[in-house]
Amino acid sequence: MATFFGEVLSVYSRAVEEDEDEVEDENEEDQQIRREMELKRAVHVEWCSEVTQSMMNSSEKTLQCSDFVIAVGCNAAGFLSAYVLNSGDWTVVGSVSLWNERSRGSSRQSGVPPQGEPSCVFYRQRDCPSVIICLCTCHVAEDQLFQWTEKVFGYIQRRGLNVMVLADCSVAEYKTPDSPFSSGVPFLRALKSSLYGSQIICPLLEQPNIVTGLQAAVLSHCQVHRIPAVLYQSYSDVISPDSVTMETYKPALTCLSKLVKLNTCPSTEILKKLVQVNEVQSNLYT
Amino acid sequence: MFVPNENSSLSFKDFTFIMPAVSVGNVGQLATDLIISTLNMPQVGYFHTDCLIPMAGNNPYATPGDSSAELCTAAEVYSLPDLKLAVLQIRTPILQAKYRQFRNLITSWIKTSGFARTIMLSSSHAYQRDDQQIHSTPLRYLLSPAMQRRVGDKLQELEWKEMERVAVFPGISDTEKRLYIPGGGITKGFYTDCCSEDLPLAVVLIFCSEGDNIPDAFNLINHLNDWLHLVDKPSNPSAQWRVPCSWRLLFGSGIPPALF
Repeated sequence: MATFFGEVLSVYSRAVEEDEDEVEDENEEDQQIRREMELKRAVHVEWCSEVTQSMMNSSEKTLQCSDFVIAVGCNAAGFLSAYVLNSGDWTVVGSVSLWNERSRGSSRQSGVPPQGEPSCVFYRQRDCPSVIICLCTCHVAEDQLFQWTEKVFGYIQRRGLNVMVLADCSVAEYKTPDSPFSSGVPFLRALKSSLYGSQIICPLLEQPNIVTGLQAAVLSHCQVHRIPAVLYQSYSDVISPDSVTMETYKPALTCLSKLVKLNTCPSTEILKKLVQVNEVQSNLYT
Repeated sequence: MFVPNENSSLSFKDFTFIMPAVSVGNVGQLATDLIISTLNMPQVGYFHTDCLIPMAGNNPYATPGDSSAELCTAAEVYSLPDLKLAVLQIRTPILQAKYRQFRNLITSWIKTSGFARTIMLSSSHAYQRDDQQIHSTPLRYLLSPAMQRRVGDKLQELEWKEMERVAVFPGISDTEKRLYIPGGGITKGFYTDCCSEDLPLAVVLIFCSEGDNIPDAFNLINHLNDWLHLVDKPSNPSAQWRVPCSWRLLFGSGIPPALF
């Protein structure tokens, strides 16, 4: 669906697609195009040579990891950047590259994109190599979510693994009998897999609310494969990077401080770099 | 693929398998919710597949007393061995390019599990009905040949209406007919697969439109209950099914007071 200003929004209609018959009538050329599209949309995971080597050396050809922290969205990623990655010796050890309609360019770009561009990057600390942080600010399309999860988790040893996901969400998606604004926006809600035994630092997500996107794919994977996992989802009325929304994740610091060294009060310089000034892209009146 | 829960030692041999089609109004899925919620069916496993859009949430069938903190995923299997009943609930759309793969996944699971019969709950666009169909009941059924042999007579007794075929070239020739289930998602494809693989399948569907489809779900499930007798019929028909808590707030959040 195209809006007035020309941006394309994905709109979900409950009405069912009628294309089933077309799929059955595919000829060889259609199948060839379909295969090429699948290749184009494939998810690629790349690791640095050090990590690749340590995987080769392990018996299961996987990376040993005690805690895997994934940030989905610019505010979750900004929070981890400011409060965790800025203190300590974190290095980039891998990245996920993929292409979909929301990517810039017409094909997949491998390697780590420049700072500020949507990306999906893995970080690890020299002093504590069993903790891996993933900052994912690129859009992972619906048909790529399962693949992303299976491929990334395929590289990580399941034994002893704990997963934490921090994710952004718009408060417009939150359903409550009272108005969502009465509970004070932004706010945090949690979901956990059956095997997660630690304390939750905010209320659980109430029915009938659900989560979708990469956080749902990761949580589902952990639930099915019996990995302890917790998701902290921040509901905000601001969709761009915003320091107030980033601070919503602060209670998660209590869990993170057991894992890594933290910067509990990042400087305004650090926060400024992460928060873009919103420029009015297009305006009916200018 | 089907991933059973750790705690369940499962056999589905000779069970009845009920599943919804993701179809117009999501009626099949709503009706399936009513079955699982009313019969308090325990969850016994997951369908972990790349064919569905991922989702997660807390237990959609939680009651006020019990723990509602059990995670639910996009497709889960529930079972009641006492009733020899297994139910698959699908909560998200099937990805566009994966319809056939998903159908194959289900048919092969049906064969390996040894289900005695499969029932698909579905729906079809009400606006596509012809004059004849508008005047009669909105409920229809379809049976694969293997199922026709088993329950064909029973459904005749119940005076159920079979889904009509439509002309391949409407207005031009009436001789060639085909099955047409607009808005039915994988229903037609799945039915065709089960016919060719000689699997006993009954499709029970309702003509409806998008909107508040709760009445359609009740209509469909009561109709199914006339055949399967999943629950006893009390004097008040709507009292026999328990609405799950996940049906709350169907039309969104409460209204901000500042609006007025």
